[in-house]
Amino acid sequence: MSAPSELLNVQIDGIWHQFQKGTRVIEACAQAGKFVPHYCYHPKLSSPGNCRMCLIEIGMPKLGPDRKPETGTDGKPLINWIPRPQISCAQDISEGMGIRTESPMVKECRNGVMEFLLINHPLDCPICDQAGECQLQEYSVEFGTAGSRFLEEKVKKPKRVEIGPRVTLDDERCILCSRCIRFMKEVAHDDVLGFVSRGSHTYLTAHPDRLLDSNYSLNTVDICPVGALTSSDFRFKMRVWFLKETKSICTSCATGCNTIIGTRQNQVFRQTPRENDAVNSAWMCDYGRLNYHYVNSTDRLQTPQIREGQELVNTTWNSALVKAGEELKQFSKDGIAVVASAKMTNEELWLTKNLTELVGTSHCDIIPRSGAADDILMSADRNPNTLGAQLIGLTGEKPGLRLKDIAEGVRSGTIKAVLALGEDLTQIGLQADELKKLASLIVLDILPTETTRSATVLLPSSAFCEKRGSMINIKGRLQRLHRATQPPGAARDDWEIVRDLIQKLTGSNGIYLIEDVFKQMTDSIPDMNGLSLSRIGDKGVQLVEETEEAPAAI
Amino acid sequence: MASTTRTAHPREKRVIFKNIDRPGWTNDIGCYLQDGGYEDLKKAIAMNPQDIVTEVKTSALRGRGGAGFLCGVKWGFIKPGGSKPVYLICNADESEPGTFKDRYIIHQDPHQLLEGMIISCFAVNARLAYIYIRGEFPEGAKILERALAEAREHGFLGKNILGSGFDLEIYVFRGAGAYICGEETGLIESMEGKRPYPRIKPPYFPAVLGLYLCPTIVNNVETLCNVKYIVRMGGAEYAKVGTRVLCVSGDVQRPCYCEFEVGGITMGELIYDICGGLKPGRTLKAVIPGGSSAKVMSAKDRYKIKTKQPDGTIRENEMGLEDVPIDFETLAAAGSMAGSGGVIVMDDTRDMVWALNNINEFYAHESCGQCTPCREGSLWMKKITARMLHGGGVPEDSDTLKRVADNIAGRTICAFGEACAWPTQSFLDKFPEEFVATAKRMGNGNGSTNH
Repeated sequence: MSAPSELLNVQIDGIWHQFQKGTRVIEACAQAGKFVPHYCYHPKLSSPGNCRMCLIEIGMPKLGPDRKPETGTDGKPLINWIPRPQISCAQDISEGMGIRTESPMVKECRNGVMEFLLINHPLDCPICDQAGECQLQEYSVEFGTAGSRFLEEKVKKPKRVEIGPRVTLDDERCILCSRCIRFMKEVAHDDVLGFVSRGSHTYLTAHPDRLLDSNYSLNTVDICPVGALTSSDFRFKMRVWFLKETKSICTSCATGCNTIIGTRQNQVFRQTPRENDAVNSAWMCDYGRLNYHYVNSTDRLQTPQIREGQELVNTTWNSALVKAGEELKQFSKDGIAVVASAKMTNEELWLTKNLTELVGTSHCDIIPRSGAADDILMSADRNPNTLGAQLIGLTGEKPGLRLKDIAEGVRSGTIKAVLALGEDLTQIGLQADELKKLASLIVLDILPTETTRSATVLLPSSAFCEKRGSMINIKGRLQRLHRATQPPGAARDDWEIVRDLIQKLTGSNGIYLIEDVFKQMTDSIPDMNGLSLSRIGDKGVQLVEETEEAPAAI
Repeated sequence: MASTTRTAHPREKRVIFKNIDRPGWTNDIGCYLQDGGYEDLKKAIAMNPQDIVTEVKTSALRGRGGAGFLCGVKWGFIKPGGSKPVYLICNADESEPGTFKDRYIIHQDPHQLLEGMIISCFAVNARLAYIYIRGEFPEGAKILERALAEAREHGFLGKNILGSGFDLEIYVFRGAGAYICGEETGLIESMEGKRPYPRIKPPYFPAVLGLYLCPTIVNNVETLCNVKYIVRMGGAEYAKVGTRVLCVSGDVQRPCYCEFEVGGITMGELIYDICGGLKPGRTLKAVIPGGSSAKVMSAKDRYKIKTKQPDGTIRENEMGLEDVPIDFETLAAAGSMAGSGGVIVMDDTRDMVWALNNINEFYAHESCGQCTPCREGSLWMKKITARMLHGGGVPEDSDTLKRVADNIAGRTICAFGEACAWPTQSFLDKFPEEFVATAKRMGNGNGSTNH
């Protein structure tokens, strides 16, 4: 094995650079600021070299009679240029290599490939979902020609193929780059896609009696450089150039895949993975990606409510919070229980922890959530922030261990007041009639449940895409969520609601901004000392050692 | 298949084709053994394998599949003592239009091939070998299976061949009918159960990374047969007297296969002496000398060919197409190639747009579709020539055809790019006026077409 620091000299467009040994030619060019257009090449997949868009000129050092490189007047090696263009995606740089990315031959090659890719393409950009983020469009602008010499009929291929439950295929738009095939084989471990037929009549399909139904199928839509594979969920919903993009993380399991939330006019239209090699490479699962529709639901809780007899009636935030404060003050320490959620941010959990300490109860926990893990990204822990809840101390080594006692206490009447944050208490075995018996049931949530219907005070809060804050994934990585949309109606950010509850019990607590919460939290949790929200950055920071449960690296 | 036997022309020198159409000859091992068969294997197996490789290098034997690569150099890429097994594959996917030599060897003289193969395997230390035979040769596959069984019975295959300690098995692998499987890396992919997409280069040779990622030698049927004679006569002698099988088709009186010393016959001699000349009243227009992908040569052109004189000096001769000797260097110098030995003769009645369209149809149909220029370009060229023939030509067609071909050649994963571009480039280069005339004569000017 070569030393990691081994640097090789490579000439790119006349200028000598140094690159790490093992660097792909196309990557070296990118590092030198010379972008080489490409379709089939994807840094996370194998290189088939089939699109021919990345053709460049390559040369090797000219060897003298002594088999040693000859040098020019500048002391640099002379280069023997290979007469035929070479692809830059499938080979590594070597010492003394010469590369030309802007020569007339290279330009001619790019023009030629662009023309070939377009002659049988339907050119249906006006109705294509990929328009606006299509590499065929982008490279046409840069490397294409305005006119077409093609006078023939185009090749006809299958259109609107439901190749899987979540993906729609248009074979006429496909440029046969094989990214999707390679992704399914190499990353999703479900070798379900392939080409059939031959030549220009080649088309993509799923194998007989199979569907593209993997939980990772929508990644093929992301990496499809054209509009061949489109998301059946997103298709025809919104032109991509109208989407506001917000960096965030997926909250559907403990992996915490980095995402971009695409929104317009306060509505979420899609989530796509954001590359982070420490977490999710460039992928995310379909389950997490599509698990956002509930935030757009018309059932969203929008107004604070208080119970008046059998009825929950709308009220103002202030009167709801005053009532909640009064109810909490009525009961002694262990007469109160706090059931929080590991879907909450660290900031919310931290304030909730403060609240439990303030009322002096030891009855607090989160509700664990689990499912089948896979060996790709999905974690068995379906809560996104279990580690955060543990670090902050709202739950113990075994999350949910105290829930049985809480449920018992409610039934036996020793617990008279429950604060439920983002969780439905029927999940811990409590029935609606049992919940109704509680003297006080203060509930923060976003959608109606048995628990919200039984509440004495109902405080409408925010979904994952409506809040700022941080979470710790299963590998111990602290990551940020960002607000992509505003919560509906009068619903508020959870951290503000909990802060205001504390204030109703104590008067002012000096917290005005989420940064203040974060500072208090980091000051008192040693693992977080010295951090700030801005310092976490877009790709997170590693807080604690990776646990054994972490999914296999991709 | 040959329903009537034909005798060799007295000018021929039959070595590889010695037994083809030979009276009384059968393709069973008894007949082969009576004729001195497997004696060269006995000689080879007593030799040092590396010495056989050296002899093949000395012989300058060139591959007979089309590319004409030096066989000994190819074998030399196998490094003795490697940790991975070495495979040898006989490429019997003979598919180049105009080429029909390997099928006769397989049908009429299969043991000659097996003997050459066994010697070659011994030379490169391959213990497992395959004959990749095209799907359209079911009869050939049966004959080979029987020949392999016979060879096994006689101890020429299997464990401890002829007491040498060398073990070898050969299997027949039938293709499913695709021209691209003749490309050696496509062939290997096909054997691995995948679509026969040729592999990207580098690595340039399967000898570096071949079947199941092991070093692999892929040689054409005729090439492997030649190895037997190199062992018999020595590389140096072979270099002087080695032969080449030619397949002549097209506008001659007697299309045929024949065998001559490499460079031992001119194009004119082949057409007029061996094949009975052109049909009455016709004149020679063009020849495609090495299978349909070789560049067409015009009878109107003069070719400047450098030849080595007996005294060792090089002299440049200017000659007509009929005087061009058929060998690797001369045809390359004349701007075409010896290719697979398929000589296609065209007389003055041939419409060159029609001829090119015929070739274009083949390559558009056989393009594997893996890489963009060939996939899209081959069909485009076919559509243009078809449109021209059907009355839809436009003045720009010649220019478009040429530029499409230029955008394919040299930019593809495998040599199919050249194979499908060279016909268009050369037909346009040699017969430009016919394309202009066709566009004018038949064109309605708007280029529209419904086929």
